[in-house]
Amino acid sequence: MYNFSYEKVSSVDKAVEIIRSAEDGKFLAGGQTMLPTMKHRLADPSNLIDLGGIKELKEISSDENSVTIGAMVTHAAVAASIEINEAIPALSKLAGNIGDPAVRNRGTIGGSIANNDPAADYPAAVIALGATVITNKREFVGDDFFTGMFETALDDDEIIVSVKFPKTEVAAYMKFENPASRYAIAGVFLAKTADGVRIGVTGATACAHRGMRLEDALNQDFSPNSVDKIDLPVEKMNSDIHASAEYRAHLVKVMTKRAVQACT
Amino acid sequence: MLTVSMNVNGQSVSGEIEERTLLVQFLREHLKLTGTHVGCDTSQCGACVIHVDGVSIKSCTMLAIQAEGSEVVTIEGLAGNGQLHPMQQAFKDNHGLQCGFCTPGMVMSGVDIVNRNGSEVDEATVRKELEGNICRCTGYHNIVKAIQAGAKDMGGQ
Repeated sequence: MYNFSYEKVSSVDKAVEIIRSAEDGKFLAGGQTMLPTMKHRLADPSNLIDLGGIKELKEISSDENSVTIGAMVTHAAVAASIEINEAIPALSKLAGNIGDPAVRNRGTIGGSIANNDPAADYPAAVIALGATVITNKREFVGDDFFTGMFETALDDDEIIVSVKFPKTEVAAYMKFENPASRYAIAGVFLAKTADGVRIGVTGATACAHRGMRLEDALNQDFSPNSVDKIDLPVEKMNSDIHASAEYRAHLVKVMTKRAVQACT
Repeated sequence: MLTVSMNVNGQSVSGEIEERTLLVQFLREHLKLTGTHVGCDTSQCGACVIHVDGVSIKSCTMLAIQAEGSEVVTIEGLAGNGQLHPMQQAFKDNHGLQCGFCTPGMVMSGVDIVNRNGSEVDEATVRKELEGNICRCTGYHNIVKAIQAGAKDMGGQ
Protein backbone atom coordinates (compact mmCIF):
# COMPACT_ATOMS: atom_id res chain seq x y z
CA MET A 1 0.00 0.00 0.00
CA TYR A 2 1.24 3.47 -0.86
CA ASN A 3 1.10 5.98 1.96
CA PHE A 4 -1.48 8.76 2.18
CA SER A 5 -2.65 11.52 4.49
CA TYR A 6 -5.36 10.48 6.92
CA GLU A 7 -7.99 12.53 8.63
CA LYS A 8 -11.05 11.42 10.58
CA VAL A 9 -13.87 13.93 10.42
CA SER A 10 -16.97 14.47 12.53
CA SER A 11 -19.10 16.30 9.98
CA VAL A 12 -20.05 15.96 6.31
CA ASP A 13 -19.08 19.60 5.70
CA LYS A 14 -15.56 19.03 6.99
CA ALA A 15 -15.16 15.92 4.82
CA VAL A 16 -16.21 17.90 1.74
CA GLU A 17 -13.85 20.75 2.64
CA ILE A 18 -10.87 18.38 2.87
CA ILE A 19 -11.61 16.50 -0.34
CA ARG A 20 -11.96 19.74 -2.29
CA SER A 21 -8.43 20.78 -1.32
CA ALA A 22 -6.91 17.29 -1.72
CA GLU A 23 -5.04 16.27 -4.85
CA ASP A 24 -6.78 12.90 -5.16
CA GLY A 25 -8.77 12.31 -2.01
CA LYS A 26 -11.11 9.41 -1.26
CA PHE A 27 -13.75 8.97 1.40
CA LEU A 28 -13.21 5.96 3.66
CA ALA A 29 -16.39 4.20 4.82
CA GLY A 30 -16.02 0.60 6.04
CA GLY A 31 -12.92 0.06 3.92
CA GLN A 32 -13.75 -3.53 3.03
CA THR A 33 -13.13 -2.85 -0.66
CA MET A 34 -11.05 0.32 -0.46
CA LEU A 35 -8.30 -1.12 1.75
CA PRO A 36 -7.78 -4.38 -0.21
CA THR A 37 -7.70 -2.32 -3.42
CA MET A 38 -5.06 -0.05 -1.93
CA LYS A 39 -3.07 -3.05 -0.63
CA HIS A 40 -2.87 -4.30 -4.21
CA ARG A 41 -1.76 -0.82 -5.29
CA LEU A 42 -4.74 -0.61 -7.62
CA ALA A 43 -5.69 2.64 -5.88
CA ASP A 44 -3.32 5.33 -4.69
CA PRO A 45 -5.30 8.16 -3.08
CA SER A 46 -3.39 11.16 -1.71
CA ASN A 47 -5.82 11.52 1.19
CA LEU A 48 -8.20 9.24 3.03
CA ILE A 49 -11.04 11.05 4.75
CA ASP A 50 -12.50 8.68 7.34
CA LEU A 51 -16.26 9.14 7.69
CA GLY A 52 -16.36 6.91 10.79
CA GLY A 53 -16.70 9.86 13.15
CA ILE A 54 -19.88 11.33 11.63
CA LYS A 55 -22.68 10.29 13.98
CA GLU A 56 -25.58 11.35 11.73
CA LEU A 57 -24.47 8.83 9.09
CA LYS A 58 -24.96 5.93 11.52
CA GLU A 59 -28.66 6.42 12.22
CA ILE A 60 -31.63 4.25 11.26
CA SER A 61 -35.09 5.83 11.25
CA SER A 62 -38.49 5.01 9.89
CA ASP A 63 -41.93 6.50 9.32
CA GLU A 64 -45.21 5.09 8.11
CA ASN A 65 -44.05 4.45 4.57
CA SER A 66 -40.28 4.15 4.59
CA VAL A 67 -37.14 3.24 6.45
CA THR A 68 -34.02 5.39 6.14
CA ILE A 69 -30.58 3.90 6.68
CA GLY A 70 -27.56 6.11 7.29
CA ALA A 71 -24.67 5.61 4.87
CA MET A 72 -22.27 4.41 7.59
CA VAL A 73 -24.62 1.77 9.01
CA THR A 74 -22.83 -1.58 8.81
CA HIS A 75 -24.26 -4.68 7.14
CA ALA A 76 -24.31 -6.34 10.58
CA ALA A 77 -26.38 -3.47 11.99
CA VAL A 78 -28.85 -3.64 9.09
CA ALA A 79 -29.17 -7.41 9.53
CA ALA A 80 -29.76 -7.03 13.28
CA SER A 81 -32.18 -4.09 13.12
CA ILE A 82 -35.71 -5.04 14.19
CA GLU A 83 -36.96 -1.81 12.60
CA ILE A 84 -35.58 -2.77 9.19
CA ASN A 85 -36.64 -6.41 9.50
CA GLU A 86 -40.22 -5.31 10.15
CA ALA A 87 -40.22 -2.84 7.26
CA ILE A 88 -38.41 -4.89 4.59
CA PRO A 89 -37.51 -8.44 5.70
CA ALA A 90 -35.77 -9.18 2.39
CA LEU A 91 -33.36 -6.29 2.96
CA SER A 92 -32.34 -7.61 6.40
CA LYS A 93 -31.70 -10.99 4.87
CA LEU A 94 -29.63 -9.52 2.05
CA ALA A 95 -27.45 -7.60 4.54
CA GLY A 96 -26.96 -10.74 6.65
CA ASN A 97 -25.56 -12.61 3.66
CA ILE A 98 -22.98 -10.10 2.46
CA GLY A 99 -19.41 -11.41 2.78
CA ASP A 100 -18.84 -12.99 6.19
CA PRO A 101 -19.49 -11.91 9.81
CA ALA A 102 -16.21 -9.99 10.21
CA VAL A 103 -16.71 -8.16 6.91
CA ARG A 104 -20.30 -7.34 7.89
CA ASN A 105 -19.06 -5.71 11.09
CA ARG A 106 -17.07 -3.15 9.04
CA GLY A 107 -18.69 -2.84 5.61
CA THR A 108 -21.38 -0.18 5.16
CA ILE A 109 -24.39 0.37 2.92
CA GLY A 110 -23.06 3.73 1.71
CA GLY A 111 -19.68 2.26 0.87
CA SER A 112 -21.23 -0.61 -1.04
CA ILE A 113 -23.46 1.63 -3.11
CA ALA A 114 -20.79 4.27 -3.79
CA ASN A 115 -18.33 1.57 -4.90
CA ASN A 116 -20.97 -0.03 -7.18
CA ASP A 117 -19.13 -3.29 -7.65
CA PRO A 118 -20.88 -5.13 -10.50
CA ALA A 119 -21.45 -8.09 -8.16
CA ALA A 120 -22.45 -6.20 -4.99
CA ASP A 121 -25.77 -7.05 -3.34
CA TYR A 122 -27.15 -3.67 -2.25
CA PRO A 123 -27.45 -2.10 -5.74
CA ALA A 124 -30.01 -4.78 -6.70
CA ALA A 125 -32.11 -3.84 -3.66
CA VAL A 126 -31.87 -0.10 -4.30
CA ILE A 127 -33.05 -0.64 -7.89
CA ALA A 128 -35.83 -3.14 -7.17
CA LEU A 129 -37.23 -1.27 -4.20
CA GLY A 130 -36.98 2.11 -5.94
CA ALA A 131 -34.98 3.46 -3.02
CA THR A 132 -33.83 7.07 -2.83
CA VAL A 133 -30.09 7.70 -2.42
CA ILE A 134 -29.76 10.95 -0.47
CA THR A 135 -26.46 12.84 -0.72
CA ASN A 136 -25.22 16.13 0.72
CA LYS A 137 -26.27 17.75 -2.58
CA ARG A 138 -29.34 15.99 -4.00
CA GLU A 139 -31.41 12.81 -4.27
CA PHE A 140 -31.34 9.97 -6.79
CA VAL A 141 -34.12 7.45 -7.26
CA GLY A 142 -33.38 3.79 -7.92
CA ASP A 143 -31.35 2.97 -10.99
CA ASP A 144 -30.52 6.63 -11.81
CA PHE A 145 -27.69 6.34 -9.30
CA PHE A 146 -25.80 3.45 -10.93
CA THR A 147 -24.20 4.52 -14.19
CA GLY A 148 -21.65 1.81 -15.07
CA MET A 149 -19.04 -0.62 -13.76
CA PHE A 150 -17.76 0.91 -10.49
CA GLU A 151 -19.37 4.17 -11.69
CA THR A 152 -22.13 6.18 -10.05
CA ALA A 153 -23.75 9.57 -10.52
CA LEU A 154 -21.81 10.94 -7.51
CA ASP A 155 -19.50 13.93 -7.93
CA ASP A 156 -16.02 13.63 -6.43
CA ASP A 157 -16.98 15.87 -3.51
CA GLU A 158 -20.39 14.32 -2.94
CA ILE A 159 -21.18 12.08 0.05
CA ILE A 160 -24.05 9.65 0.45
CA VAL A 161 -25.87 10.61 3.64
CA SER A 162 -28.56 7.92 3.70
CA VAL A 163 -30.69 5.59 1.63
CA LYS A 164 -34.48 5.72 1.98
CA PHE A 165 -36.33 2.50 1.20
CA PRO A 166 -40.13 2.29 0.74
CA LYS A 167 -41.56 -0.30 3.12
CA THR A 168 -42.08 -3.48 1.12
CA GLU A 169 -43.33 -6.64 2.75
CA VAL A 170 -43.32 -8.91 -0.27
CA ALA A 171 -39.83 -9.07 -1.68
CA ALA A 172 -37.00 -11.58 -1.98
CA TYR A 173 -33.33 -11.59 -2.88
CA MET A 174 -31.77 -14.69 -4.36
CA LYS A 175 -28.11 -14.93 -5.21
CA PHE A 176 -25.85 -17.57 -6.62
CA GLU A 177 -22.70 -16.71 -4.78
CA ASN A 178 -19.02 -17.16 -5.36
CA PRO A 179 -18.06 -19.58 -2.57
CA ALA A 180 -14.87 -17.67 -1.66
CA SER A 181 -15.88 -14.01 -1.86
CA ARG A 182 -19.65 -14.40 -1.35
CA TYR A 183 -20.14 -11.88 -4.14
CA ALA A 184 -23.05 -12.61 -6.47
CA ILE A 185 -22.23 -14.49 -9.65
CA ALA A 186 -25.84 -13.62 -10.35
CA GLY A 187 -28.30 -12.04 -7.93
CA VAL A 188 -31.94 -11.06 -8.36
CA PHE A 189 -33.93 -8.82 -6.02
CA LEU A 190 -37.67 -9.03 -6.67
CA ALA A 191 -40.12 -6.61 -5.04
CA LYS A 192 -43.89 -6.49 -5.31
CA THR A 193 -44.56 -2.76 -5.23
CA ALA A 194 -47.63 -0.57 -5.69
CA ASP A 195 -46.51 -0.11 -9.32
CA GLY A 196 -46.18 -3.81 -9.97
CA VAL A 197 -43.24 -6.18 -9.91
CA ARG A 198 -39.78 -4.58 -9.89
CA ILE A 199 -36.58 -6.52 -10.38
CA GLY A 200 -32.96 -5.54 -9.77
CA VAL A 201 -30.29 -7.78 -11.26
CA THR A 202 -26.67 -7.79 -10.03
CA GLY A 203 -23.55 -9.80 -10.78
CA ALA A 204 -24.64 -10.61 -14.32
CA THR A 205 -23.66 -7.49 -16.28
CA ALA A 206 -21.26 -4.53 -16.02
CA CYS A 207 -23.59 -2.76 -13.62
CA ALA A 208 -26.68 -3.66 -11.62
CA HIS A 209 -29.81 -2.92 -13.64
CA ARG A 210 -33.60 -3.32 -13.79
CA GLY A 211 -34.77 -6.58 -15.29
CA MET A 212 -37.44 -5.06 -17.52
CA ARG A 213 -38.15 -8.19 -19.59
CA LEU A 214 -38.56 -10.22 -16.41
CA GLU A 215 -40.81 -7.55 -14.90
CA ASP A 216 -43.06 -7.46 -17.99
CA ALA A 217 -43.51 -11.21 -17.99
CA LEU A 218 -44.17 -11.40 -14.25
CA ASN A 219 -46.63 -8.50 -14.34
CA GLN A 220 -48.69 -10.53 -16.82
CA ASP A 221 -48.36 -13.83 -15.01
CA PHE A 222 -46.66 -13.99 -11.62
CA SER A 223 -45.40 -17.55 -11.80
CA PRO A 224 -41.99 -19.22 -12.21
CA ASN A 225 -43.11 -20.65 -15.56
CA SER A 226 -43.52 -17.23 -17.14
CA VAL A 227 -39.75 -16.70 -16.75
CA ASP A 228 -38.97 -19.69 -18.97
CA LYS A 229 -39.98 -18.13 -22.25
CA ILE A 230 -37.85 -14.99 -21.84
CA ASP A 231 -34.66 -14.63 -23.87
CA LEU A 232 -32.08 -12.59 -21.96
CA PRO A 233 -29.35 -10.84 -24.00
CA VAL A 234 -26.34 -13.13 -23.54
CA GLU A 235 -24.06 -10.58 -25.26
CA LYS A 236 -24.54 -8.16 -22.35
CA MET A 237 -23.61 -10.71 -19.65
CA ASN A 238 -20.22 -10.84 -17.94
CA SER A 239 -17.96 -13.76 -18.73
CA ASP A 240 -15.02 -14.71 -16.48
CA ILE A 241 -13.36 -17.68 -14.77
CA HIS A 242 -16.35 -18.10 -12.48
CA ALA A 243 -19.11 -18.25 -15.10
CA SER A 244 -19.65 -17.84 -18.84
CA ALA A 245 -22.13 -15.32 -20.25
CA GLU A 246 -24.53 -18.13 -21.20
CA TYR A 247 -24.37 -19.55 -17.68
CA ARG A 248 -25.01 -16.15 -16.11
CA ALA A 249 -28.03 -15.56 -18.37
CA HIS A 250 -29.36 -18.92 -17.21
CA LEU A 251 -28.64 -18.15 -13.55
CA VAL A 252 -30.55 -14.85 -13.71
CA LYS A 253 -33.65 -16.77 -14.75
CA VAL A 254 -33.15 -19.44 -12.09
CA MET A 255 -32.65 -16.82 -9.36
CA THR A 256 -35.76 -14.97 -10.60
CA LYS A 257 -37.82 -18.16 -10.39
CA ARG A 258 -36.61 -18.78 -6.85
CA ALA A 259 -37.51 -15.21 -5.92
CA VAL A 260 -40.98 -15.64 -7.43
CA GLN A 261 -41.46 -18.84 -5.43
CA ALA A 262 -40.34 -17.08 -2.25
CA CYS A 263 -42.92 -14.32 -2.88
CA THR A 264 -45.82 -16.62 -3.72
CA MET B 1 3.43 9.76 10.87
CA LEU B 2 0.66 9.46 13.41
CA THR B 3 0.41 8.54 17.07
CA VAL B 4 -2.14 5.85 17.79
CA SER B 5 -3.42 4.73 21.19
CA MET B 6 -5.67 1.83 22.03
CA ASN B 7 -6.26 -0.82 24.65
CA VAL B 8 -4.95 -4.24 23.63
CA ASN B 9 -5.75 -7.24 25.82
CA GLY B 10 -6.40 -5.00 28.79
CA GLN B 11 -3.29 -2.86 28.46
CA SER B 12 -3.06 0.70 27.17
CA VAL B 13 -0.63 0.89 24.28
CA SER B 14 0.43 3.57 21.85
CA GLY B 15 2.84 3.84 18.97
CA GLU B 16 4.18 5.99 16.17
CA ILE B 17 2.89 4.63 12.88
CA GLU B 18 2.66 5.46 9.21
CA GLU B 19 -0.86 6.29 8.08
CA ARG B 20 -0.93 3.13 5.95
CA THR B 21 -0.11 0.79 8.85
CA LEU B 22 -2.72 -1.95 9.02
CA LEU B 23 -4.04 -2.96 12.42
CA VAL B 24 -2.52 -6.43 12.00
CA GLN B 25 0.88 -4.86 11.26
CA PHE B 26 0.62 -2.73 14.36
CA LEU B 27 -0.15 -5.81 16.45
CA ARG B 28 2.53 -8.03 14.93
CA GLU B 29 5.36 -5.63 14.14
CA HIS B 30 4.98 -2.90 16.75
CA LEU B 31 3.55 -4.84 19.69
CA LYS B 32 5.18 -8.17 18.73
CA LEU B 33 1.84 -9.94 19.22
CA THR B 34 2.44 -12.46 16.46
CA GLY B 35 -0.45 -14.77 17.33
CA THR B 36 -2.65 -12.92 14.83
CA HIS B 37 -1.77 -14.25 11.38
CA VAL B 38 -1.94 -13.00 7.80
CA GLY B 39 -2.93 -15.73 5.37
CA CYS B 40 -4.07 -13.84 2.27
CA ASP B 41 -4.26 -10.40 0.71
CA THR B 42 -7.90 -10.49 -0.30
CA SER B 43 -9.64 -10.32 3.11
CA GLN B 44 -11.04 -13.83 2.62
CA CYS B 45 -9.01 -16.20 4.81
CA GLY B 46 -9.81 -14.97 8.33
CA ALA B 47 -6.43 -15.84 9.91
CA CYS B 48 -6.27 -12.23 11.15
CA VAL B 49 -9.65 -12.11 12.91
CA ILE B 50 -9.56 -10.26 16.23
CA HIS B 51 -12.16 -8.43 18.30
CA VAL B 52 -12.45 -4.65 18.23
CA ASP B 53 -14.95 -3.11 20.64
CA GLY B 54 -16.53 -6.50 21.16
CA VAL B 55 -17.05 -7.63 17.57
CA SER B 56 -14.97 -9.70 15.16
CA ILE B 57 -13.12 -7.88 12.39
CA LYS B 58 -10.38 -8.74 9.91
CA SER B 59 -7.34 -6.87 11.19
CA CYS B 60 -5.75 -6.95 7.72
CA THR B 61 -8.64 -4.85 6.43
CA MET B 62 -8.62 -2.09 8.99
CA LEU B 63 -6.07 0.67 9.46
CA ALA B 64 -4.37 0.80 12.86
CA ILE B 65 -5.45 4.43 13.18
CA GLN B 66 -9.09 3.37 12.77
CA ALA B 67 -8.75 1.48 16.06
CA GLU B 68 -7.78 4.68 17.89
CA GLY B 69 -9.37 4.58 21.35
CA SER B 70 -10.76 1.07 20.83
CA GLU B 71 -10.74 -2.04 23.01
CA VAL B 72 -8.85 -4.73 21.11
CA VAL B 73 -8.67 -8.42 22.04
CA THR B 74 -6.30 -10.78 20.21
CA ILE B 75 -5.66 -14.50 20.64
CA GLU B 76 -3.02 -13.62 23.25
CA GLY B 77 -5.73 -11.99 25.35
CA LEU B 78 -7.95 -15.04 25.76
CA ALA B 79 -6.03 -17.24 28.21
CA GLY B 80 -5.74 -16.07 31.80
CA ASN B 81 -4.06 -17.24 35.00
CA GLY B 82 -2.16 -19.95 33.15
CA GLN B 83 -5.37 -21.53 31.88
CA LEU B 84 -6.52 -21.78 28.29
CA HIS B 85 -9.78 -20.07 27.39
CA PRO B 86 -12.60 -22.67 27.07
CA MET B 87 -12.61 -22.20 23.28
CA GLN B 88 -8.84 -22.82 23.08
CA GLN B 89 -9.20 -25.88 25.30
CA ALA B 90 -12.03 -27.18 23.09
CA PHE B 91 -9.85 -26.87 19.97
CA LYS B 92 -7.15 -28.86 21.76
CA ASP B 93 -9.55 -31.52 23.05
CA ASN B 94 -11.34 -31.98 19.70
CA HIS B 95 -8.27 -31.94 17.47
CA GLY B 96 -9.63 -28.75 15.88
CA LEU B 97 -6.32 -27.96 14.21
CA GLN B 98 -3.52 -29.55 12.27
CA CYS B 99 -0.91 -27.05 11.06
CA GLY B 100 -2.39 -24.36 13.30
CA PHE B 101 -2.00 -21.41 10.95
CA CYS B 102 -5.70 -20.58 10.74
CA THR B 103 -6.34 -21.43 14.40
CA PRO B 104 -6.02 -17.96 15.99
CA GLY B 105 -8.66 -16.62 13.59
CA MET B 106 -10.82 -19.71 14.04
CA VAL B 107 -10.75 -19.38 17.83
CA MET B 108 -11.50 -15.64 17.74
CA SER B 109 -14.37 -16.23 15.28
CA GLY B 110 -15.55 -19.13 17.46
CA VAL B 111 -15.77 -16.90 20.53
CA ASP B 112 -17.60 -14.27 18.46
CA ILE B 113 -20.07 -16.90 17.20
CA VAL B 114 -20.85 -17.91 20.79
CA ASN B 115 -21.16 -14.27 21.88
CA ARG B 116 -23.84 -13.74 19.25
CA ASN B 117 -25.57 -17.13 19.18
CA GLY B 118 -25.25 -18.48 22.71
CA SER B 119 -23.89 -21.67 24.19
CA GLU B 120 -26.33 -23.99 22.37
CA VAL B 121 -25.39 -22.83 18.86
CA ASP B 122 -26.22 -25.52 16.28
CA GLU B 123 -23.91 -27.06 13.70
CA ALA B 124 -25.52 -25.38 10.68
CA THR B 125 -25.13 -21.95 12.26
CA VAL B 126 -21.47 -22.59 13.12
CA ARG B 127 -20.74 -23.69 9.56
CA LYS B 128 -22.48 -20.65 8.06
CA GLU B 129 -20.79 -18.26 10.47
CA LEU B 130 -17.37 -19.68 9.60
CA GLU B 131 -17.72 -18.49 6.00
CA GLY B 132 -14.95 -15.98 6.51
CA ASN B 133 -12.37 -18.41 7.93
CA ILE B 134 -10.49 -20.78 5.67
CA CYS B 135 -8.66 -23.94 6.84
CA ARG B 136 -6.63 -26.00 4.37
CA CYS B 137 -5.95 -28.97 6.67
CA THR B 138 -8.86 -30.18 8.70
CA GLY B 139 -11.89 -30.26 6.43
CA TYR B 140 -13.61 -28.22 9.15
CA HIS B 141 -15.37 -31.13 10.92
CA ASN B 142 -13.32 -30.94 14.10
CA ILE B 143 -13.30 -27.15 14.06
CA VAL B 144 -17.09 -27.15 14.06
CA LYS B 145 -17.12 -29.77 16.84
CA ALA B 146 -14.62 -27.71 18.83
CA ILE B 147 -16.65 -24.52 18.54
CA GLN B 148 -19.82 -26.30 19.68
CA ALA B 149 -17.95 -27.85 22.60
CA GLY B 150 -16.30 -24.53 23.43
CA ALA B 151 -19.71 -22.86 23.30
CA LYS B 152 -21.05 -25.20 26.00
CA ASP B 153 -17.96 -24.66 28.16
CA MET B 154 -18.24 -20.88 27.77
CA GLY B 155 -21.85 -21.06 28.94
CA GLY B 156 -21.02 -20.30 32.54
CA GLN B 157 -18.92 -17.23 31.70
